[in-house]
Amino acid sequence: MAAFLDMGGYAATVWPSYGVTAVILIGLLVFSLRQLAKRREQLDALEAERERSRNP
Amino acid sequence: MSAFTALVRRDVALATRRGGEAALTLGFFVITIALFPFGVGPDPELLGRIAAGIIWVTALLAAIVSLDRLFRQDLEDGSLDLLALSPMPLELVVLAKCLAHWLVTGLPVTLLAPVMGMMLQLDPEAYAPLIIGLALGTPALSLVGAIGASLVLGARRGGALIGLLVLPLYIPVLIFGISAVEAALAGLPVLPHILIEGAVLVVSLPLAAFAGAGALRLAMD
Amino acid sequence: MPSLLHSLASPARFQRISAHVFPWAAVLATGLIGCGLVWALVFVPPDYQQGDTVRVMYVHVPAAWMSMFCYAVMAVLSVSFLIWKHALADLAARASAPIGAAFTTVALITGSLWGKPTWGTYWEWDARLTSVLVLFFLYLGHMALSNAFDDRERGGRAAAILAVVGAINLPIIKFSVEWWNTLHQPASVLRMDGPTIHSSMLWPLLVMAAGFTAFYVVLLLIRIRSELMARRIEVLQRHRAAEGA
Repeated sequence: MAAFLDMGGYAATVWPSYGVTAVILIGLLVFSLRQLAKRREQLDALEAERERSRNP
Repeated sequence: MSAFTALVRRDVALATRRGGEAALTLGFFVITIALFPFGVGPDPELLGRIAAGIIWVTALLAAIVSLDRLFRQDLEDGSLDLLALSPMPLELVVLAKCLAHWLVTGLPVTLLAPVMGMMLQLDPEAYAPLIIGLALGTPALSLVGAIGASLVLGARRGGALIGLLVLPLYIPVLIFGISAVEAALAGLPVLPHILIEGAVLVVSLPLAAFAGAGALRLAMD
Repeated sequence: MPSLLHSLASPARFQRISAHVFPWAAVLATGLIGCGLVWALVFVPPDYQQGDTVRVMYVHVPAAWMSMFCYAVMAVLSVSFLIWKHALADLAARASAPIGAAFTTVALITGSLWGKPTWGTYWEWDARLTSVLVLFFLYLGHMALSNAFDDRERGGRAAAILAVVGAINLPIIKFSVEWWNTLHQPASVLRMDGPTIHSSMLWPLLVMAAGFTAFYVVLLLIRIRSELMARRIEVLQRHRAAEGA
């Protein structure tokens, strides 16, 4: 396990590379999902408001 | 074709008469170049080594600073709508405005380049390729720049956006212009570099005409 | 391609098709990237020249491929939007740009990390890395332009023109950067492709690339859906403002 983590002496190259990749890609996924949720909420509110104004 | 020349004349007259854009752009060019010796030190050898690069990069920036007004003024005062209604195709309107822009920015910059070269201790071998390169490259800067200027019409912070859009597209013009100078300094044939710079100009002509006209139509919708 | 885009062009159809595709893409992305990670980190033997640093390749190279693939997708979508006026094409192009920018960032950072042991420095003005940097600038410009207008649709159209101009320019930029690079650098600099790729290295690389592509589809579907909602929100808000006035 220690040898695996050491990556033949290149731990400082290999692990940050995979880490950065994970952070950026998963970060964009999370950001996109949250944006979607927020917009859905906003849209639902707007639709509801329109319904109410149509049949008061 | 007379409408084309009339439009070019009008734009050149507007840029020069108000004592405005043309002089401002040239002032920007000269002052920015004069900053470099303060930045890197007055060592003639170092300055001579990077002189062509300084002049070229500053020429790129000088092209950018005057682009913001290329179409905006005409859009705001309605003359762009009149031009669109005229029988001249919008593509030609774009090319005429690019030519006018080059006449008041690119051409003076090209003519001033040898003076700037002298101040920066440019190698005597480098003058010819630098000036020929600028003569072919600066029209391409105006053309590609016009695409950016037309795309940002009506945008928030349009002026600041143009640089971001256009500077990456300027890289080939810069590279082939500089490589002509480098080739001359290394004693290699200069012609291939000049020819490619010319080819970049030829490609940017239709590109600017169609993309620029398309963007103008969008802006007038 | 046009007929495929046509069939996707209506938002309602898109929602239906996306509901079918989405779970598959999500499963594929998770599975392929999971397999690829284990394969690349555990089972691939270290390279005889580059040692374990070669493992960076399994994220760097697929990310670099995706950075170009995303731009190609954006360009095709933008052309089809400008020519055939597909309603969904500009939304998809807009949705694609941040994903491409993310992959480009990954390619740049991992390339720079890989450069440290390979070149002895984090940044070398190597032709490939420089081209990727320029591509990153193009993505930034596209994203900035598409968000610079109060009217989203107007931003989408302007960005579509920019994407096409960029796509025409990209080969010229790439050629010029290579030209510049050969002018300034001795050819002896170790390239990032490393040694010719052995099949034991190629397979995990392809698995990772397929996983990244599936992940791209997942992100794209989420983002298109989000763009559709944003457009609907804008329409409703405009209605409300009109009614209020």
